[in-house]
Amino acid sequence: MPIEVNGKSFETDEEGYLANLNDWVPEVATVMAKLENQPLTDAHWEVINFLREYYEEYQIAPAVRVLTKAIGKKLGPDKGNSKYLYELFPYGPGKQACKYAGLPKPTGCV
Amino acid sequence: MAEPWEEENEGKVKKFMFINRKAPYGTIYALESLEVVLITAAFDQDVSLVFTDDGVFQIKKGQTTAGIGMKNFSPTYRALEGYDIEKLYVDKESLDARGLTAEDLIVDVEVMSRAQLADLMNEQDVVMSF
Repeated sequence: MPIEVNGKSFETDEEGYLANLNDWVPEVATVMAKLENQPLTDAHWEVINFLREYYEEYQIAPAVRVLTKAIGKKLGPDKGNSKYLYELFPYGPGKQACKYAGLPKPTGCV
Repeated sequence: MAEPWEEENEGKVKKFMFINRKAPYGTIYALESLEVVLITAAFDQDVSLVFTDDGVFQIKKGQTTAGIGMKNFSPTYRALEGYDIEKLYVDKESLDARGLTAEDLIVDVEVMSRAQLADLMNEQDVVMSF
């Protein structure tokens, strides 16, 4: 089902992930979050932007364990842990944050 | 805390080896192999990769795919380290035959003879060839 962002329609797959990664603009995350009643704070954006950079570098959406470790390496252990990330993204940092970031669903994520 | 679906196979780690034989583009084998490798690693298994024959081109530096309209997925091999996949082996004969050395590759690998690779293969629980 496509989502409406700034009057423009964006194609998504059946689970709500953006069909074309290159379509992404920050407002896509804002609209997707609003649909799930998920507030986006600076802490959320930090993770979303991290995922964008990760994808840019490696061309995949990381598995949640890999994401957690990579965030720990870059932003410190107080952020690189499951508790912190699940509090930000209760539907799962892999699934939910990747979706907002316009990434595909992480490989190995069922 | 273990999730309910994790309890049954807890602690069972098998040795998986994935053998990559084909050029990265033109067939789907290389990309499919990579996908299975990532999934296997997500289940905390012991994963090793072998690149042989034209498979050595999968990890060659400087791939540009715009001309064939395919995504260049070679950067993903550099993410393997983050998945704790650090056993990457390359067949020396295949490198030599293509005028390549370890310097031409985008990831750190161990270059091995076919005899050494055969020994490693013997140690595996599962060997999959792509």
